[in-house]
Amino acid sequence: MTKTVRYFTVPSEQQEPIKDVPPKTVRKPRKNIHKHKNKVKPNRKVPLKRIPNPNPKFPGRAPIPEELLEKHSRGEGIDKSGIRTRIHKKKQFDRDLSYEFAQKQAARVEILLTEESGILEADPGETTTQFRQNEIIKNVDITAATKHFELVLRDFGPYRLDYTRNGRHLALGGKLGHVAAFDWVTKKLHFEINVMESVHDICWLHVETMLAVAQKDWVYIYDNQGIELHCLKSLDKVTQMQFLPYHFLLATANDVGYLSWLDVSIGEIVVQYNAKLGRINMMTQNPYNAVLCVGSSNGVVSMWAPNTRDPLAKMLCHKSAISALHIDPKGLYMATAGNDRKLKIWDIRSLTEPLQIYRLQSSANNVALSQKQMLAISMGNVVEVYRDCCTTTANRAYLRHRFNNSVANLNFCPYEDVLGVGSDKGFTSLLVPGAGEANFDAFEANPYQTKSQRKESEVKSLLEKIPSDLISLDPTKISEVDVPSLREKVEATKKLLFVKPPKINYDPRKKAKGKGGSVKIARNKKILQQQAKKEHIKTAKALKSHLLNQRKGNGTQTNKQKSKPKNVLDRFLPKQKSEK
Amino acid sequence: MKVKVLSRNPDEYLRETKRDLHKTPRNYDPNLHPFESAREYVRALNAVKLERVFAKPFVGNLDGHRDDISCLSKHPKHLSVLLSGSYDGEIRVWDVPQKLCLRSFIAHEGIVRGITYEPNGKCFFTLGDDKTIKTWNTAAPNTPEEEEPINTILSKTVVTGISHHRSKPVFATCGEICQIWEESRSEPIHTYKWGVDSLHDISFNPIETNLLATCASNRSIILYDTRDSGPLRKVVMKLRPNRLVWNPMEAFIFTCANEDYNLYSFDTRYLKKPVNVHVDHVSAVIDLDYSPTGKEFVSGSYDKSIRIFETGKGHSREIYHTKRMQRLTCVLWSLDNKYILSGSDEMNIRIWKARASEKLGTLKPRERTALQYSEVLKEKYATHPQVRRIARHRQVPKHIYNAQNELRTIKQKIKRKEANRRVHSKKGAVPFVPERAKHVVKEDI
Repeated sequence: MTKTVRYFTVPSEQQEPIKDVPPKTVRKPRKNIHKHKNKVKPNRKVPLKRIPNPNPKFPGRAPIPEELLEKHSRGEGIDKSGIRTRIHKKKQFDRDLSYEFAQKQAARVEILLTEESGILEADPGETTTQFRQNEIIKNVDITAATKHFELVLRDFGPYRLDYTRNGRHLALGGKLGHVAAFDWVTKKLHFEINVMESVHDICWLHVETMLAVAQKDWVYIYDNQGIELHCLKSLDKVTQMQFLPYHFLLATANDVGYLSWLDVSIGEIVVQYNAKLGRINMMTQNPYNAVLCVGSSNGVVSMWAPNTRDPLAKMLCHKSAISALHIDPKGLYMATAGNDRKLKIWDIRSLTEPLQIYRLQSSANNVALSQKQMLAISMGNVVEVYRDCCTTTANRAYLRHRFNNSVANLNFCPYEDVLGVGSDKGFTSLLVPGAGEANFDAFEANPYQTKSQRKESEVKSLLEKIPSDLISLDPTKISEVDVPSLREKVEATKKLLFVKPPKINYDPRKKAKGKGGSVKIARNKKILQQQAKKEHIKTAKALKSHLLNQRKGNGTQTNKQKSKPKNVLDRFLPKQKSEK
Repeated sequence: MKVKVLSRNPDEYLRETKRDLHKTPRNYDPNLHPFESAREYVRALNAVKLERVFAKPFVGNLDGHRDDISCLSKHPKHLSVLLSGSYDGEIRVWDVPQKLCLRSFIAHEGIVRGITYEPNGKCFFTLGDDKTIKTWNTAAPNTPEEEEPINTILSKTVVTGISHHRSKPVFATCGEICQIWEESRSEPIHTYKWGVDSLHDISFNPIETNLLATCASNRSIILYDTRDSGPLRKVVMKLRPNRLVWNPMEAFIFTCANEDYNLYSFDTRYLKKPVNVHVDHVSAVIDLDYSPTGKEFVSGSYDKSIRIFETGKGHSREIYHTKRMQRLTCVLWSLDNKYILSGSDEMNIRIWKARASEKLGTLKPRERTALQYSEVLKEKYATHPQVRRIARHRQVPKHIYNAQNELRTIKQKIKRKEANRRVHSKKGAVPFVPERAKHVVKEDI
């Protein structure tokens, strides 16, 4: 048979048939190819040198400011030195490139943002603290001036309030049963009812057509016409409510110390347990990770999630009872006020020392942080607003407002320079220039939402409902590599080791009369139990020794050497250096 | 005193008329978009669920044959035309999108063994058990009675398979021997023979067009070069390869469907062991066909199921089955990379989608971007246990499920036994043989 050399015949195969060649030698020709490539390299076309721009008028793409890049950064990315194969390194490199591109694009798009946030600056010799609301109103445009208003509601106070996520609608709940909801920008009333019961808290759900009201016994859900949609009897004697919009959870704390999470999309309780804190008066959510923060009378702030019954973290914030706490919408800072007349700002991510400690004239009964990190506090009938108070120390209040009666609740309106204050005798909307985020994202929260847009966004957000088990201190955990911690590993081995001996169900055979007897049955049962126990101990021992061996066998060469039988001639071997 | 309070002009945020699109100002500040990764994960989960929801691969069937389908052939130029031959000697020409039979005639006495189109699609060749190779015009005659072959060649030996050269007017048949024919001649221009065993499949390489491969009944695959006087090489497998198909994109790779339930991809440069073993079928694999991209191939098996494999992977990405589909005899991947055609024992030709959840028809731009986005999400979160579980799950018929379990236990048993043997014998006496090396007996030159 004649044989011709073809393109697919590898030269080594031609010369001699290979038998059981180890893979390395097979790969050899490949290596040669690479070598060959390297040789060819100098002949390849060298990329042309970049010619400097002849027209300095057009220097190319505008550089991106560092702080903008920093703002849109999602972290440094992973360390590529640990990746073993070249192809995976390349893949990761490509992925990083696309992330970097996205970051740059997002930073460049900032230039398209249309609105600028509000400002209030004092002339030399003045301070902003001295400006009253009517002075501010005189100097702003007419639409902005309509955002300051006062509702005198003498009979059913004190009032609690809640703004919707897009800042367009406002709900008021008077302690004596007055519940009202309205579009506060156009002042269009949705409904106004008296529930003929005490109202403890009020809270919008995911859309402005539904709101939850914590009444004397149970939580009720009303629509925007005041029609009672649901009565949630599983949430009883609720004192505080928070709605977690991305999880569709209505989190409540009650009079006896129970924390409950209710999934409003299916109307079922996810978890309900006793936090063992006694009556809970203060509760707020961390909007960054949807963890509930509860302030208690011993000065401790504890953080709770539905998937564990123990607090995720506890912080001793004050030496006295906590009177108010709030977390800013970015989830960076927590403001706590105590009965010790102190106000502290904490970095909520590090859970260590406070960033700032302020001493107040009297203890604050309400605090609120705005989207631009402005801090509002109320002390009796005085409301003070501080600017730049989280990272730097603020010496003086930015704004101060005095009411005729004591303040019950206050809240910043998102995407507006407005602070809503509920007091004993009504509601006041104060202008605080520079408090709100100027540019909203229409797919996240849109104040100018139409009905069809609302419907669509409701469906979209329902599809994206995050499962409640993903609530933890670090919300990015799901996209990280799942490496079991040392503690989990130890616990897993513990689970293997410390297992109780199995229980034995001994079912005696039915024997003829006079053959068995209860004594015999008992004895047999005991014998079987002891047998099972012995076996269990035996297996547990084997497992233990196996685990111990595994642990030892990792790095101890010396053990192996010791275990070798000594030969007489070993003394002539070169001495091995002892390891230190 | 200098003061400015946020006050937005509603005209800038509301559309002017109802015919306009809604204005959607964006702000990509990460602080306004909390729970980024968790929401993305949920989206990925939804995407993979929807993919399974929309996985409805069966498009339709072509019925009309009065006996089992023996072979299928696709037109090299027209996507809509399909040729099928059956066990009773009948040939049918189909219009696939309309599911119509355009033409049918009895071409041979006995089984039609092979059909192939000429590369420009003007005529086609059929061969049957009556030892004849007939050439037919693609254009149908006016009446069915006038159905006559252009040319009939009587072969001296039995012919069982046919394959046409990519460009030249040359085709090859197999049977007792391998014969190379020119279209205009009635005698073969070449014959090749290696041993006495008969050949049952033949295939021309579409890129290195002089290369030929055949499957022989003595469990071997033989390579020929038409410029050469004798066969080139052969590789002997443990069980018989049923069908062999060249990768249309990589000239040196071919895949064979084997009697031992597996498919093997070989590199012609190194025939000692296959490049890849594709397992998952639970019965003999009868036929396969490559997608025109060369990245995937489809296989039809005696276990009444069709599976789609990616060339680089050992396990299938998809299984198609229906209650009525019997043992597969032939499969085809359409030239637009969108459909799969299968012929089976119960006289039907079935049309399937190549990607089970793909939407047929044109996509609107927003739809396309949404699908692309979910595709990327699926890839990004592919290794998350929940996502992986949903993406992998396939409902299989009971007989396949049971056979899979049985095969698994058999494999475990063999593995266990080998391990035991290894433990109790001298070191190195029972070597570790890689799976790829297990199925090849030897390579002859």
